[in-house]
Amino acid sequence: MSGLDIFLFGVFPYICLTSFVVGHIWRWKHDKFGWTARSSEWYERRTLRWASPMFHFGLLGVIVGHFVGLVIPQTWTEALGIHENVYHAFALIGGLAAGLVMLIGLVGLAVRRLKTPAIRLATTPNDKFMFAVLGVVIFLGLSVTVYWQLIEGGYNYRESVSIWFRSIFYFNPQISDIAAAPLLFQLHALSAMFLFLIWPYTRLVHVFSAPVFYLWRPYIVYRTRDAETEPGAALTPRGWEKSELPGQKTSKR
Amino acid sequence: MRVMAQMGMVMNLDKCIGCHTCSVTCKQTWTNRTGVEYVWFNNVETRPGLGFPRRYEDQEKWKGGWKLDRRGRLRLKAGGRAKKLLSIFANPNLPDMEDYYEPWTYDYDSLVSAPAGSDDFPVARPKSLVTGKDMSIQWSANWDDDLGGTTETGHEDPIVQKIGDKVKFEFEESFMFYLPRICEHCLNPACVASCPSGAMYKRAEDGIVLVDQDQCRGWRMCVSGCPYKKVYFNHTTGKAEKCTMCYPRLEVGQPTVCSETCVGRLRYLGLFLYDADRVAEAATVENEHDLMNAQKSILLDPHDPEVQRQALADGIAPDWLEAAKNSPVYELACKYNVALPLHPEYRTMPMVWYIPPLSPVVDALTETGHDGEDIGNLFGAIEAMRIPIEYLAELFTAGDVEPVNDVLRKLAAMRAHMRNVNLGQPVDESIAEAVDMTVAEIESMHRLLAIAKYEDRYVIPPAYEAAANSLLDELPGCSVSFDSEPGDRGVQGDAPIPVTIESFHLTKQRLEAESYEDLDYKQ
Repeated sequence: MSGLDIFLFGVFPYICLTSFVVGHIWRWKHDKFGWTARSSEWYERRTLRWASPMFHFGLLGVIVGHFVGLVIPQTWTEALGIHENVYHAFALIGGLAAGLVMLIGLVGLAVRRLKTPAIRLATTPNDKFMFAVLGVVIFLGLSVTVYWQLIEGGYNYRESVSIWFRSIFYFNPQISDIAAAPLLFQLHALSAMFLFLIWPYTRLVHVFSAPVFYLWRPYIVYRTRDAETEPGAALTPRGWEKSELPGQKTSKR
Repeated sequence: MRVMAQMGMVMNLDKCIGCHTCSVTCKQTWTNRTGVEYVWFNNVETRPGLGFPRRYEDQEKWKGGWKLDRRGRLRLKAGGRAKKLLSIFANPNLPDMEDYYEPWTYDYDSLVSAPAGSDDFPVARPKSLVTGKDMSIQWSANWDDDLGGTTETGHEDPIVQKIGDKVKFEFEESFMFYLPRICEHCLNPACVASCPSGAMYKRAEDGIVLVDQDQCRGWRMCVSGCPYKKVYFNHTTGKAEKCTMCYPRLEVGQPTVCSETCVGRLRYLGLFLYDADRVAEAATVENEHDLMNAQKSILLDPHDPEVQRQALADGIAPDWLEAAKNSPVYELACKYNVALPLHPEYRTMPMVWYIPPLSPVVDALTETGHDGEDIGNLFGAIEAMRIPIEYLAELFTAGDVEPVNDVLRKLAAMRAHMRNVNLGQPVDESIAEAVDMTVAEIESMHRLLAIAKYEDRYVIPPAYEAAANSLLDELPGCSVSFDSEPGDRGVQGDAPIPVTIESFHLTKQRLEAESYEDLDYKQ
C-alpha cells in the first residue's frame, strides 16, 4: 500500500464526495435558475427522439446494476442462495444489455451534437469538459466489463472493489482491497470519483430534479402574489442577455 | 361556490388592422434577448393562415390541451402523469425550430463598412441568430401575412381542412381577418397541469399564469401541453417563458404593453369573477358546442348580491369587486354576449376572448355594390356568407355557427342603428329588436366598442396600486432606483419620489382627461 494508493483511494474519494455534497447545496442556494438539463430538443428532435431515451434508460439500468454490485454485499446474495456464478451471469447479461443500449444512445447523441451546428454552438466549455469526463467513465466501465468479465472469464469485484466502496461510507476506507484490484477497475473507480467531484458544477445537476412528485401533485397549481422569494433564490438572479449574433457576443454570461 | 378573480382580455377583431404594433412593442419589452429571438408572447396571425408555430391548431399532431376519455373524464390529450414521466427524455410532441422558424438578423455592418469605390453593391445578408452563419430564410412568424403565399400554403390551415375545401384563395373571392394572440391565461390551464416540476402556476389573486424561473427544470411539457402554443422554450437558458400579461404593469394600474400600444384600440382589460369549484365541471361538458355556455355559466355576475357576499367572504377586496362591476370584459362576454372564447374545444377555459369581425361580410357586400350599412343587406349577407362564418365558428365556438351569427347580427344592428343616428334619421327601434336589444343597449355597446374611451377599455383593479410604490422599481426598462442598499426597496421617509410614479400619474391623467383644460400640468 503506497502513499499514492492512500491518496487515491483513501483521500481523493472524500475530496470528491465532499465536493459532491457541498457543491450541490451551494448550487441550489445560488443558482436555481441555472438548474436545468438545457435541452437541445428545440434545435433537433429526430435523432433525439430515439437516442436520448436509449441513453437515459440504459444508464438507469447501469445505475441499478452498480447499486446491486457495489452496495449489496456478496454475503447477502449468498444468504439468499444465489451462487456467485449465477450472480455473475446475471450481472454480465444485464450489464451488457443496459450498457449496449446506453452506448447506442450515447453515440447517437454525440453524433447529433457534433453534426448539428446549432447544438455544437450551444455546447459550453463546461459541457465539453463534463462530456469528456463522462465519456471516459463510461468507456472505462464498458472496458472493464468486456475485458475482465467477458474475455478473462470474470473477476469478482465484490470481494475487492465493492468492499472498498462501502468502506468509504463507514469512514474506514479499505484501501488495500481496491489496491489489489486490476488497473481497469481502479481507473474506472477513480474516473467516476472525479465525475462526482465536478458533478454539481455541470448540467448533470438535472439528475436530482427528476420530477417524481408530479405523480401526486394536483394538476392545477395556485400561488399567491405575495409569496416571499423562495429561500435559496439568488439575490441577483443570473439575468437574461441581449440578443446578438452568435460568435460576436460582447455581454458576459 | 368559491369566488376567484381572473384578469381577462377581449379583443375586438373588427378593429384590428394587422399592424403588428402589439407584437413589436411586446417583443421590445419582453423577448429582445438571446434564446427567445423566435418568441412572440403576442403575435398577429392572418386568417385563413397557418398560424405560429405552423399548424399549431392541429391537436391530432401536437396533442395540446385536454380531452374526454371514454368514460367522460377530463384527461390531458398528451397523456397522464406516468406517460409524461416516461417520455421525459424526449418530449414526443414538442415543436422544434422548423415549426417556429430559425431566427435571424442581417449583416447590417457590411452596408457601412463596404469599401468606397467598389463596383459591388453592398448587401446585408441574413445571418442565423442560432448559428451565426449565412442562412436562407424559409419561414417566420408572419410568413403568410395578409394572405401572402396562401395560394400555396392556405390549404394546410387546420381550420380550412376542417371545414372542407370550400375556402377560396383566389384574390377576388378570398376573405381575410387578423387574429392577435397572447397567452389565454386559462381557468383550466393544460400547461400548468403538464409541468412535471410544478414550476407553472396560476396566481390566486388575478389568475395570471406564470413560470417560476427558479423552479423550471426545462422538461418542456408545458410547451407541448399548451394547445395555443403560447409557452415557449428559451433555448439558451433551457427554461420555459410565456406571456405574463405584463403583470408588473397591471400591478401599478397600467394596461399591458400590447393593449397600451394598440393602434386600433381594440383591446379591453378587466376582471372576471368565476366559481372556482365548477371549473372542472364546465370543462367536462360532453358536447363541444356547449363548452362556451358552460364557461359562461361559471362566470359570476358581480352585480348579484349573493355573488358579492361570497366574493368578500372568499377574500376578494372591496375595490376589486368594484372593478369587477365595471369590467368591460364581463360586459362584452356576458351582458352584450358579443365576445367569444378562442377554441373552447381545447377545454382549457381560455380567458382572452374575441369579438368576431363583421368586416369580411361588410367588405364583400360593398364590393358587390350594395349598401354595407343597410340592416337588410347585412342580415342577408350574414345568412349568405357561409364560409367565413363557418371559419369563425371553428375558431370561436367549436364549429357552432349560431352564436357567431348572433354576434355578427348584433354588430350589424349596431352599425345600421348608429348610421341612422349619425345621419340624423329617425330611430328605427325594429333594428335593435331584431337582435333582442334595446336602443339604449345598442348605444351603450357602441360607446364601449366604437368610442372606446381609455378608462372604459381598461378597468384595472386599484388594489394593486397600494403596492405600486415598491413595484414601480421593477417595471422593465424605465426604473429609476433610489436604493441605498440591496434589498432596501421602496420609498421611505423623505426619500425623493421615483420619477416613474410621477410620470405614471401624469400619463394616466392625460389619457383620461376629456379636454386640455382638465390637465393640471399645462405646459
